[in-house]
Amino acid sequence: MIPASFDYVAPTTVEEALAALAQYGDEAKVIAGGQSLLPVLRMRLNAPEWVIDLGRIDSLRGIRDEGDSILVGATTRHSDVATDPLVAEHAALVARATATVADAQVRHRGTFGGALAHADPAGDLGAPALALDAEFVIAGPGGERVVPGSEFFQGLFETAVSEDELLTGVRIPKHTGWTAHYEKFVRVAHQWPICAVGATLKVSGGVIEGAAIGLTNMGSTPLRAAGVEQALVGQQASEEVVRNAAALAADGVEPPSDLNGDADYRRHLVTVLTRRAITKALGASWT
Amino acid sequence: MTAVEARPDNATEIGRDRRRKEDARLITGRTRWTDNINLPGMLHLAMVRSPFAHANITGIDTSAAESSEGVVAVLSAKDFDESLGACINAWPITPDQKTPDHPPIAGDRVSFAGEIVAVVAARSAAAARDAAEMVEVDYEELPAVVSLEEAVKDEVLAHPDLGTNKSALWVFDSAQAGTGGSVDDAISTARQDGIVIERTYRQQRLIPAFMEPRSVVCDPTGEQITVWSATQIPHILRFALAATTGVPESKIRVIAPDVGGGFGGKLQQTPEEMLVFAMARRLGKPVKYTETRSESLMAAHHGRDQIQKLTLSATKDGQVTGLKVELDANLGAYVAIVGGGVPVLGAFMFNAIYKFPAYQFNCQTVLTNTAWTDAYRGAGRPEATYAIERLMDELAVEVGVDPLEIREKNWINHEEFPFTTVAGLTYDSGDYATATAKAKEMFGYDELRREQAERRANNDPVQLGIGVSTFTEMCGLAPSRVLGSLDYGAGGWEHAQVRLTPTGKVEVITGASAHGQGHETAFSQIVADRLGVPFEDVEVLHGDTQIAAKGYDTYGSRSLVVGGEALVRAADKVLEKAKPIAAHLLEASVEDLEFTGGKWTVKGTDQGMSIGELSTAVFAAHNLPDGVEANLDSEATFDPENFNFPHGTHLCAMEVDTETGQVKMRKYVCCDDIGNIINPLIVAGQVHGGLVQGIAQALWEDAVYDDAGTLVSGSFVDYLLPTAADTISFDIDHTTSPSTTNTLGTKGVGEAGTIASTPAVVNAIVDALRPMGVNDVAMPCTPERVWRAINEGSAGGGTTDAAAPHFDPSTGMSGTADRPEGDVQ
Ligand SMILES: Cc1cc2nc3c(=O)[nH]c(=O)nc-3n(C[C@H](O)[C@H](O)[C@H](O)COP(=O)(O)OP(=O)(O)OC[C@H]3O[C@@H](n4cnc5c(N)ncnc54)[C@H](O)[C@@H]3O)c2cc1C
Repeated sequence: MIPASFDYVAPTTVEEALAALAQYGDEAKVIAGGQSLLPVLRMRLNAPEWVIDLGRIDSLRGIRDEGDSILVGATTRHSDVATDPLVAEHAALVARATATVADAQVRHRGTFGGALAHADPAGDLGAPALALDAEFVIAGPGGERVVPGSEFFQGLFETAVSEDELLTGVRIPKHTGWTAHYEKFVRVAHQWPICAVGATLKVSGGVIEGAAIGLTNMGSTPLRAAGVEQALVGQQASEEVVRNAAALAADGVEPPSDLNGDADYRRHLVTVLTRRAITKALGASWT
Repeated sequence: MTAVEARPDNATEIGRDRRRKEDARLITGRTRWTDNINLPGMLHLAMVRSPFAHANITGIDTSAAESSEGVVAVLSAKDFDESLGACINAWPITPDQKTPDHPPIAGDRVSFAGEIVAVVAARSAAAARDAAEMVEVDYEELPAVVSLEEAVKDEVLAHPDLGTNKSALWVFDSAQAGTGGSVDDAISTARQDGIVIERTYRQQRLIPAFMEPRSVVCDPTGEQITVWSATQIPHILRFALAATTGVPESKIRVIAPDVGGGFGGKLQQTPEEMLVFAMARRLGKPVKYTETRSESLMAAHHGRDQIQKLTLSATKDGQVTGLKVELDANLGAYVAIVGGGVPVLGAFMFNAIYKFPAYQFNCQTVLTNTAWTDAYRGAGRPEATYAIERLMDELAVEVGVDPLEIREKNWINHEEFPFTTVAGLTYDSGDYATATAKAKEMFGYDELRREQAERRANNDPVQLGIGVSTFTEMCGLAPSRVLGSLDYGAGGWEHAQVRLTPTGKVEVITGASAHGQGHETAFSQIVADRLGVPFEDVEVLHGDTQIAAKGYDTYGSRSLVVGGEALVRAADKVLEKAKPIAAHLLEASVEDLEFTGGKWTVKGTDQGMSIGELSTAVFAAHNLPDGVEANLDSEATFDPENFNFPHGTHLCAMEVDTETGQVKMRKYVCCDDIGNIINPLIVAGQVHGGLVQGIAQALWEDAVYDDAGTLVSGSFVDYLLPTAADTISFDIDHTTSPSTTNTLGTKGVGEAGTIASTPAVVNAIVDALRPMGVNDVAMPCTPERVWRAINEGSAGGGTTDAAAPHFDPSTGMSGTADRPEGDVQ
């Protein structure tokens, strides 16, 4: 598979990248890890005239402690996110979800920001980011703006980042001490999830004080299971509480139908996976 | 298993688990695959393919493409004459078979999505690809027929000019053949006072998915036109090129260099090969075409795609009295080289290891607007094995006994070999009881049954099922006479040559054409033993019609059992030729010579000569007996008298998560009888790989078309191939009943694992769910299907024929996410 020919530029600062975007407009595409863009180019689903590589912009890579939150640079690779101590401590759900992405090869090239900007509803990172109330830092010709997850994800492959903008990083409020589990359901290991549920909880003395539940591939964007969260918060953690809460996971969702399962099946599946995700996040012995 | 490289000098090569000598070059990429071949002045081709399954072509505008940079020619059907040749069907299964013409490039009408409508030649592959996108083809869409169920109705026709989609009806009836009784009588008796089991099973469509995509290079500049192709069948390709283009065979040389897998998928004479040949001749320059993976999935031949309607009759206590098979087989848009014959290869195997008194097989082959189907690992026998092994489980349930017990009641006993079956084949050897006993022990059968009972009693959300498959198959294709009697257009012998170089090295030439099997290693072991030379001194040459001039290539688990025997005979002829020369040089009489440990020795003396010393003496030819030619080289052609019948008992334990429908393999053991083993390491590789491929049919792989005939599972994102992460370690072992049809006593192992494993897995899943009223789950057993089976008591139904879009043209940008028109280049 040979892509159509394109010109290539590799800026070293965000400003240069934005200038290139401004110059080439809709004839340009930025490339981060290339794990989604390259298949698009090679299958000739798109043929941009310019490819702007973010790989040499050092300021976009890495994870910083910002006090109440951590900032994950847009071009930080999945493999780095999955093994980062700050992420493990303050955003365990992100670490767990990232570790399930594709296979080792893809994780060593694909990036956190690239995956979120790609906005595949089956992508594993959107739901955890949404559940953890992440903020998306977007740089454009007019400077920087920050949008919450609820505004960032706009539809299938659609985000708040417009053609002349870049996602530079994602700020995740610290969820220190929260336990987490990402329950991903696949047929073969290297697959995008048919459905996945991320659960992260703050439990104190057996009482669930905080709950954040994100759903992957249950609609055209990542979703947050607010009803489930409400049913958990303030409750003593028990099998019955979890089961009843999880049963609400499918409320109002409109999942896709495809080769791996139709919408009805996914609606059922999400309740089972939600129960399991919460149970495992609790470290409970019941199943 | 560890590979032991050192050996005591007196040990034989046969039976050693030698590491494969070809692997260093294959694994490191040091070898040259077809796509690595670059010739001076070489041009590159790109194909323009139809996005529609069925359409009239009303116009082709090549002008933009022609003026694109680097383009040399853009041609469509009207630019070629009959010297382009045609794709042949070598096995018309009945005299009145309907066989649509199959030109390499579509003229007025396309019959499946992916069919070639124009070809671009350019100075680089990228330029060719760019120009291919500029060819404008006007299509007038026609109704397409995709599924077997629709096609047999003959309402929408895949080829309107044929007047029907039905290509051929092939029937075997044991009463007519005199090999058994009347199946209809058996069934009606059983309806009165016995058991009748009626089931319909679907063999989903599969894609061979070899690792190396197909690639062809043709150099027309020499006296002979040389074709390199990533093919399993260089000899057959050469024949087909000559037969259909009019170029004399002596002017064509075909080379299959190292080939990266085939699984039957490269047992084909392809449109792409014909076009490369024609373009090279026309342009007078070397030409190369390498397909993309998308093209490979869409337009290389597919496998399976059958619906089997089965009726089994038995006495109340489970003695089978008859089996009737009514099978529809989807040929796709054309009758491929052995397309119609694939289900016929299964016809003789539905009775499997059992003594059935009556049998009838009816096969209707059907044309549709889909990619053509042909051989895929097992070709006909996996389908047959699946059907009968699923039915035997159903019968066991009906009778209320263990599935192994029902098999034992019906199988051929060891003392009864050779045994002529109701399908008319004579099985030479086998021992089903011993293989089964061994497999049961390896598996811990009784213990797992106990665990199953416990989980059932506790209503465990994860249920356990145990699946059995006691398979046999016919392989070692094939006795030429039998092939002739089935109207197959070729023979089944194999050819070998053994050559000695002046320095005493051995060159072995085989007509088999390895594409990953390890022939170079196994054949070297055989010849090293036979001639008493070091393993390292044997070089195996193959896959080039100028070197290996005669051969029938590699498929149907034939290379060792047919080609290996030819090799043994050629080596023995070398020894026969050497003997009088050795006697002469040792000044002894022929009667006093014996050949041991690679040396001719004079009995009772310490005088001797090795085969190496003899070849040097023959090279010099200073002192040969009168009238003896200075040549030890020998050749042999072996035509087997019978097929070859490996068998084995496979046991599989599956855990089924009843809440999600997810299935997980817990344990898989098999005890196969493949006769004598030349190289246990290679055998283990074949068994493990074969098992995974069969398991993949049960659980993952499915080539899905939508109603319009677009291949939905058109990439590896949607056509699910397993990796090592999805499988477990298998426990494999063997019993040994040497085959009597070749002197090495070997049986084929290339397809055994694939043939056996599919029903073992599905039987296990169904076994887990029996208490929930489930008696079938359609393949592949996706979690969705399993869940539906549990909740609806059905076989799980169909799946949504839409793929999840992971790669979107507008990815990462705000705005519309609509995908452009299906572009299939
Ligand atoms: C075989 C395979 C399996 C996969 N399986 C999974 C899986 O199981 N789960 C999962 O979540 N993902 C999976 N992925 C996707 C993977 O996570 C990709 O890495 C990710 O979707 C894209 O990240 P990238 O850095 O490679 O982005 P690229 O491919 O470089 O870019 C993707 C898109 O985002 C845009 N973009 C990238 N960075 C920015 C930015 N900073 N600002 C604005 N726009 C930007 C690009 O222009 C492009 O449109 C898989 C990919 C492959 C190839």
